[in-house]
Amino acid sequence: MKKILILGAGTAGTMMANHLSHELDAKEWQIQIIDENEEHHYQPGYLFLPFEIYAPEDIIKRIEEFIPNGVELIKGSIDVISPKTNEVIMADGRILNYDILIIATGAKIAPEEIAGMKGSEWQKSVFDFYTFEGALALRNKLREWQGGKLLVHITEMPIKCPVAPLEFAFLADSFFKHKNMRDKVEISFVTPLSGAFTKPKATAALDHLLDEKHIKIEADFAIESVDNDKKVIVDYGGREVAFDLLVTVPTNKGDELLARSGMGDDLNFVPTHKATLQSLEYENIFVLGDASNIPASKAGSVAHFEAEILTQNIKHYIKGEPLAEEFDGHANCFVETGDGKALLIDFNYTHEPVEGTFPFPGIGPLRLMKESRINHMGKLAFRWIYWNMLLKGTHIPFVSSHMEEAGKNFN
Amino acid sequence: MEKEIAGKMISVNNEGYLTNFSQWTKEVGEAIALENHIIMTPRHWEVIAYLQNEHKNNVALSIRKIGKSDVLDIKEFYALFPQGPLKTSTKIAGIPKPASCI
Ligand SMILES: Cc1cc2nc3c(=O)[nH]c(=O)nc-3n(C[C@H](O)[C@H](O)[C@H](O)COP(=O)(O)OP(=O)(O)OC[C@H]3O[C@@H](n4cnc5c(N)ncnc54)[C@H](O)[C@@H]3O)c2cc1C
Repeated sequence: MKKILILGAGTAGTMMANHLSHELDAKEWQIQIIDENEEHHYQPGYLFLPFEIYAPEDIIKRIEEFIPNGVELIKGSIDVISPKTNEVIMADGRILNYDILIIATGAKIAPEEIAGMKGSEWQKSVFDFYTFEGALALRNKLREWQGGKLLVHITEMPIKCPVAPLEFAFLADSFFKHKNMRDKVEISFVTPLSGAFTKPKATAALDHLLDEKHIKIEADFAIESVDNDKKVIVDYGGREVAFDLLVTVPTNKGDELLARSGMGDDLNFVPTHKATLQSLEYENIFVLGDASNIPASKAGSVAHFEAEILTQNIKHYIKGEPLAEEFDGHANCFVETGDGKALLIDFNYTHEPVEGTFPFPGIGPLRLMKESRINHMGKLAFRWIYWNMLLKGTHIPFVSSHMEEAGKNFN
Repeated sequence: MEKEIAGKMISVNNEGYLTNFSQWTKEVGEAIALENHIIMTPRHWEVIAYLQNEHKNNVALSIRKIGKSDVLDIKEFYALFPQGPLKTSTKIAGIPKPASCI
């Protein structure tokens, strides 16, 4: 009996467990998946928690619910991978061996990377919303906050779901409008990038929206420290921006386990072939989701497209066939723009976000790069799709893992 | 498109980054620096040489990587090339603007 071991039962690992349990012969292959948590969180929901659009129970389920029969779930913390001996060593000393390893341990925030960020004001006036605890503490703060200077801030790239901080700024604008206190809040968006997003075309559209919503943008800001006494953030050039409430997205890093295993880059992301998803160093190791260093967005939708291709590649690998170099970096995400609207952007390694319709060329119903109510419904429906289709590895009808070029206006 | 820099016609993109590194000379670098209000010193040139070498070796440049290198720290990088040091220094070095991650 041969063994496939999946590290991490989050979005990507769970999808892979479901795909592989359908595709592989259970008499030949044993599939195991490891996670240290009891709960599976719908992380896109963290964005909505502070504004009470979602409650905690909307975004938390038990990991077991999504692990298919025939796949063994092992609970515990992974200490280290020993790729030369094909072993994984658990924190409690257990040793698990494998023939094929899939790394899907995701990314997490590392506020300690910036001096003063996790200082005396942490969760008093300095918050993150990339963790459940952070988003919940921020919800409680927003219930009582009387207004002042709100900074929505990105520490450095890459981060998970790179549009989430912008969405936070847009949602904050409508939140304070509904509370009839928008005039008491000054919102600024502070970013290390030169504009609102990483891709020029989407940036132009999003910069315009920021302006329309009276959100100031502080671009090219490379943070050096948070001064907890003066309540300012300081960049390496000496520029200071004052805050009453700082909502920051700290540095995102892969799990420390990859540093301990000597398998990560300077941010603990695993060097991975961007089209096959095979580790660059070990041929029986594959990397899926946020844990890899490929230049695609760190997003659940990306993991979904990757999982379909990786399933094929695992089958090729088992048969000794060449791997398919198929992953094109396809990402699509709904961007909440506040006031019950959203826009949808769709892009890959080579094409920038485009205008058009999705998934049916020319028909829609979702409109790319244009604000609309139906896109907002799409974003909310995404939670249902996530729990009921995405994690189970169900192919979403009409949505291809490759980027469709018809119906979109490239130029 | 083409732009006259230091008396020569040089191919650049719409943001002014060289598109053909073989056209780069120290004089070209110096002229781009001046446009950005920077007077080059020997220390500036050391940093430029380091960036060009990293680019040649296909290392993706980022502020974090430069801070962790033993060539210079981020504070000095900002002191040498104020306001967006990575953008300015790569332009002077004649190499592409680092793609920010997505
Ligand atoms: C605020 C926010 C908003 C987002 N919005 C969107 C969106 O709108 N659309 C979208 O597509 N994506 C969005 N995302 C991104 C999406 O949630 C992630 O890209 C996705 O969850 C990545 O899946 P993953 O499996 O790679 O990592 P994860 O889902 O994070 O799973 C990693 C798993 O590995 C386990 N693990 C890690 N280390 C160890 C260890 N040492 N031992 C044992 N177990 C370990 C963890 O417990 C975890 O369960 C958002 C993310 C955030 C934070």
